[in-house]
Amino acid sequence: MNVIYIMWLRQLKKYFRSKSRIIGSLGQPLLFLLAFGFGFGAIFKKAGAGNYMQFLAPGIILMSVLFTAIFSGIDLIWDRQFGFLKETMVAPVSRFQIMLGKTLGGATVASIQGIIVFILTLLVGFRPHDLILLPVGAVVVFLVAILFTSLGIALASTMEDMQGFQLIMNFLVMPIFFLSGALFPLEGLPKAMDIIASLDPLTYGVDGLRFSFLGSQSVFGMTTDLTVLVVLTGFLLTIGSRLFERIQA
Amino acid sequence: MPVIQESTDIITVTGLVKKFNDFTAVDNISFEVKKGEIFAFLGPNGAGKSTTIKMLTTLLHPTGGQIILNGSNPALNKDGVRKSIGIVFQDPSLDDDLTAYENMEFHAICYKVPKDIRGTLIEDLLNFVEIWDRKNDLVKTFSGGMKRRLEIARGLLHHPTILFLDEPTLGLDPQTRNHMWSYVKDINQKEGMTVFFTTHYMEEADRVADRIAVIDHGKIIAMGTGGELKTQTGADTLEDAFLSLTGHKIREEEASSLDRMRRMGRLWAGRRR
Repeated sequence: MNVIYIMWLRQLKKYFRSKSRIIGSLGQPLLFLLAFGFGFGAIFKKAGAGNYMQFLAPGIILMSVLFTAIFSGIDLIWDRQFGFLKETMVAPVSRFQIMLGKTLGGATVASIQGIIVFILTLLVGFRPHDLILLPVGAVVVFLVAILFTSLGIALASTMEDMQGFQLIMNFLVMPIFFLSGALFPLEGLPKAMDIIASLDPLTYGVDGLRFSFLGSQSVFGMTTDLTVLVVLTGFLLTIGSRLFERIQA
Repeated sequence: MPVIQESTDIITVTGLVKKFNDFTAVDNISFEVKKGEIFAFLGPNGAGKSTTIKMLTTLLHPTGGQIILNGSNPALNKDGVRKSIGIVFQDPSLDDDLTAYENMEFHAICYKVPKDIRGTLIEDLLNFVEIWDRKNDLVKTFSGGMKRRLEIARGLLHHPTILFLDEPTLGLDPQTRNHMWSYVKDINQKEGMTVFFTTHYMEEADRVADRIAVIDHGKIIAMGTGGELKTQTGADTLEDAFLSLTGHKIREEEASSLDRMRRMGRLWAGRRR
């Protein structure tokens, strides 16, 4: 238990110590909010779909959760390259605990990042309808955070260095974000896109968070969203810890 | 205390083999290390020293042979072995973004050092390696020598029965090197801790170790005290003894260029953050 805690604490300390990383990571969501939010706002309204900023904000919050979580997981490669991983590998503790601590730490960091971006969205005009469902939104954010931190760790466990990073960014993380319905409504999509979107785990996160903020526009229903997220999180945690346990130092 | 204890073997290695595909890194070696002894593995780079140490410390699975370390087999009872050993790796294994104290604390928790003695132990050890006044500084601000000292302090934190040092003085200046050995010898004498280290510095093995195993191309070619090795080969220095045992010098050109590459690598690694 202590080991999980100290691994978790380590992630948090590292996060809060890199001020430039925190500030730097707010640039992208802010840019997206301003460029898309105000850029497409008028046309979205003209199409009769309402206020685009209201629609977009939950998507951008989860975008930054997604990116931070994946990075926190992939972070493992640095631990390996800088040797710290060896220190944990020879310690008389189970690797599962180490992995779990790292995952929870990364997920906490990603959730904090999500909260910061949430505040940012409030500043640019986002107004959640329903504050009662805010705790549900927090659960969705944390589940998405754990899910993608585990995915990051699973990927990092199979990588020797940062060479494959660009590949993961362009062929996994970006598609997960862009095809999730974070930026556009899922109604009336071409069949192929519709199928891809429904296979994208982030789709359910975005849908769930949008519902808990706005109360109305759920596509799949909260039960489906949460079920999919919980099942996938469990699955990726298992895969992540399996792969992590197989690392040879 | 019974007197017999003194001559007990704490590490017994029989017929140890490690193959990486077709390449045999460690080729059927056997040796014993006595309790409380300082034992050196001497050989050029690529001789199989680090591979052996990795097998002893549960990081690698042997292809064949058997290791008994403090009564446990590292291949079968990993945690049993891990609890009783301390390791200072060839490459740094500290977290640069944490402070010296936090690195120690992390280790203490992983090794279940009781909370009530944790603070005093860390203070004693950091004083011992003379970095207590820098305890709250991030490790990335430390010099190479300070990092090494911190790693040694960390390796000693859980009172290991055996301390493994893999090329502990590589890249350190002679002064820091002497310092480091004086710490290690001090603890060895005070607490009877067994020390197993690898090196390719002959004078170091000669000066520090009670017994030396000379390893080359994955095989142990001689074993004994520095004096015995010299007598055995009729050489004046261990350098000459090594030459007469292996037919080549310990530090050949390729070895030293590899050292340089490693150092470059570390420089780059440090810069990337």
